[in-house]
Amino acid sequence: MPSHDVLVIGAGLAGQRAALAAAEEGVSVGIISKVHPVRSHSNAAQGGINAALNPGDSWESHAFDTIKGSDYLGDQDAVEIMTREAPEEILHLEHLGVTFHRNEEGKLGTRAFGGASAARTYYVADITGQAIMHVLYEQLMKYSEQIARYEEWFCSSLAIDENGECCGVVTRNVADGSMELFQAKSVILCTGGNGQVWQPTTNALICTGDGIAMAYRVGAKLMDMEMIQYHPTTLAGKGFLITEGARGEGAHLLNAKGERFMEKYAPNKMELASRDVVSRAEQTEINEGRGFPDGTVALDITVVPKKRVHEALREIVLVGRDFAGVDITREPIHIKPGNHYTMGGVKTDVDGRTDIPGLYSAGETACVSVHGGNRLGANSLLDTLIFGKRSGRDAAARAKRTDYAHVSKKVLEDEEQMVADLMSREKGSGRRISEIKRELGQTMDGKVAVFRDEAGIQEALEIVKRLKEEAKSAYIDDHGSVFNQDLIAAIELGYMLDNAECTCVAALERKESRGAQYRTDYPERNDEEWLKHIDLERTDDGPEISYSEVTITQWEPQERTY
Amino acid sequence: MAEYTIKVRRFQPESGEGPYWEEFNVDLDPSLSVLDGLLQAKDRDDGSLAVRCSCRAAICGSCGMKINGQSGLGCKTQIGEAQELADKQASAAGTGSDGNSIVIEPMGNMPVIKDLITDMESTHWTKIRRVTPWLLPHGEAPEREYVVEPESMIDITQSMACIQCGACVSSCLSMEADPDFIGPAALAKAYRFVGDPRDAETSERLHDLAEDPHGIYDCTHCFSCIDACPKGVAPMDQIMRLRRKAGEEGIEDPNAGHAHEVAFVKVIEKKGLLDEALLVQESYAPGIKGKLKPSKRGLTETIKSLPTILRPLRKRKVKLRQAIPGLHHGLPKDSMNDVKSIYTHAEEHNEEFNLYIKGEEGELIDENVEKGIERSTDPDTAEAK
Repeated sequence: MPSHDVLVIGAGLAGQRAALAAAEEGVSVGIISKVHPVRSHSNAAQGGINAALNPGDSWESHAFDTIKGSDYLGDQDAVEIMTREAPEEILHLEHLGVTFHRNEEGKLGTRAFGGASAARTYYVADITGQAIMHVLYEQLMKYSEQIARYEEWFCSSLAIDENGECCGVVTRNVADGSMELFQAKSVILCTGGNGQVWQPTTNALICTGDGIAMAYRVGAKLMDMEMIQYHPTTLAGKGFLITEGARGEGAHLLNAKGERFMEKYAPNKMELASRDVVSRAEQTEINEGRGFPDGTVALDITVVPKKRVHEALREIVLVGRDFAGVDITREPIHIKPGNHYTMGGVKTDVDGRTDIPGLYSAGETACVSVHGGNRLGANSLLDTLIFGKRSGRDAAARAKRTDYAHVSKKVLEDEEQMVADLMSREKGSGRRISEIKRELGQTMDGKVAVFRDEAGIQEALEIVKRLKEEAKSAYIDDHGSVFNQDLIAAIELGYMLDNAECTCVAALERKESRGAQYRTDYPERNDEEWLKHIDLERTDDGPEISYSEVTITQWEPQERTY
Repeated sequence: MAEYTIKVRRFQPESGEGPYWEEFNVDLDPSLSVLDGLLQAKDRDDGSLAVRCSCRAAICGSCGMKINGQSGLGCKTQIGEAQELADKQASAAGTGSDGNSIVIEPMGNMPVIKDLITDMESTHWTKIRRVTPWLLPHGEAPEREYVVEPESMIDITQSMACIQCGACVSSCLSMEADPDFIGPAALAKAYRFVGDPRDAETSERLHDLAEDPHGIYDCTHCFSCIDACPKGVAPMDQIMRLRRKAGEEGIEDPNAGHAHEVAFVKVIEKKGLLDEALLVQESYAPGIKGKLKPSKRGLTETIKSLPTILRPLRKRKVKLRQAIPGLHHGLPKDSMNDVKSIYTHAEEHNEEFNLYIKGEEGELIDENVEKGIERSTDPDTAEAK
């Protein structure tokens, strides 16, 4: 049985950072990823990473912007930690070799971003996530003796010992189909978000909420699952992302009449208000007939000097050209709000610890919570790195003071049985996996999106429950061992349905409007009743609801305007 | 919506059969991608059709493949355009002008595992690790950031833009001939460190890459990788930069490529035409100094090139005048002025070509637009202005 003191599941930024931090503590580390690490979705973070590093800026200012952005649902102790540790992390990345943009003096330069009161976003053109992730992967290659990489291994279940502590994971080598039980003293879930539950989404096909569902299934609490971010600038249909950096560089949002409509919604910050605010503004324009016939508004980047576009927004020049047939340097591009980010997730403390001893989580999978009801642009990379690092360190410390627990083979046998069951279903015995996935995505995008109401969410929940039943008889075509992507898609569908059910239940429960949760039937924020987190725990009858307090240190909730 | 037939080279390793072709009919909007077409076939017809993919937006680098023989990303190739190319190719081959299948194959220069999935570990990633792909700074890191020229970061960002998709490796002709060639992706990655002012082992890296017989001088300058790269990394350009830096480091180029380039420029500047005999001499024994005191290598290379000169002389393809260095005629004087102006222009615009600075060819920054001068979209009136 392969054993590692610390086992990291997922190799995006959070996972790679966690693995490196754990290895620095001198423990043995394994990192498992269902795709090659550099294919991870952290790649897609274009705009940058926030830190109050400039003289004149302060972590308090960064923290306040984050908390205001979260619509006061973020836990302020966690936000303080993240914003205080941010500058050191940026410098650490720079020292490792990230090619951050420089100002004329050759020092780190910044750009403006949404919801921020200072230009504190550090960046590499508009490939910031990719540039950082590839540099971390360089470090993984460098420290290959301390960190074993399991590239293209898919995890299907966590192993829990008789004391209720996490002691390993069942995983399948995608290349040959062999299944293994890995033993560990600490397991860190860094599998990203669940964007694929919605269609369309900016998220990659791999973002199927694996870690969230795996933790939920073994009894870990989930938190803030109703908080799903819709990004203001995505391409209609395909859902491709146009970075907020475009607006950071000065691009305008226009309705079909050519009006800069953000004047009405956020007269001070205009296009750089929080994402929930901008997305609602756009959706209102579209719903009230001031959008284009294709259900979009326009993002006008032609106001940004061309030289600057080539230097700083290179990637979206290509996205516009290759995926929309638009030269963004010459004409506005049509965009709309689209599913983008999971603010909620596995409930953790500031060291990544979940309710289950030995089980950690970081990055988009986790909910610490630093993002609360709405994440600020360029805070996600920061979240992955700070809490990835902290989880890695704490997981290593735990590993040093504990021994390997006895791992029962039963969990492996159960998973082998699950796979055998899936393989044995007759072709045509039920629906195709892809059909169920499509219906799920369209349902969620239609009913649990920018604007929500009780009837819609309830309807979505019913559909999700039906789809869960249908998934039990859905069949796959591929019965082989080598790269059986069909089988993996079937398991992922199960993960997505659990995620969807939790989001519906939490969205139904929160009877107010806060951050990304906008209930047309409860349009006001209601601090008296709802300044609290919604926690969910699995039971055989579905998620059970409980509440936890929001930690407030020094910023009392105020009215939120931009 | 339009209908397409995609013809996929399949390989199911557990079947005991060899590779085979299978056609799928798909229908989707022409602006959607070849990957979308494959996923539709997979969703509707056969879930065992294997293809790596994730982001669908040309950033994760999973879906490298050959489409109509060209290496690239499935998600970045529009299916309508792939159809046009398939028709064009068929029409050129005289096998019908429309309704041809779009041919999809796994990437080249890599073992195939299943259908479109190749073994990148044994080829691509092994080569990446060959170039010591991490920063090697000297001494303690500074308290704050390393202070570096802003342009240096933009310069290597072109290499950082690489998504490790393997399309360049798939298309590399040198690697086809020499599977041990370090190759375009790994060498572009190497430039990311050689060009990084924070890296302290520039010289060691250059010697390593130059002295490896499968290193930077193994590239044959064929441009395939530049065509294949979906991110504008231009791997061959990065290899040429490595060679230039190696030259500056005093490393001898076994192909005499740099000396050849300098000689070529010099000969054309002088005569306007290529005096091949002079080119050989100037490449190996440049200037008066070279002639008076030729290096040992200069002498051997000149002697080695003699048969190449004598053969066409014997067959009367070349006149004696052309075979003796310096006797070849030049361009008339007025034409030489034109040549001169090309050189002057090149000198005045002596900048590195880099996407992050200038955009791609054909979309170079239009100064009028920059200054806010309106540009008519009507070509007729535009010319009148």
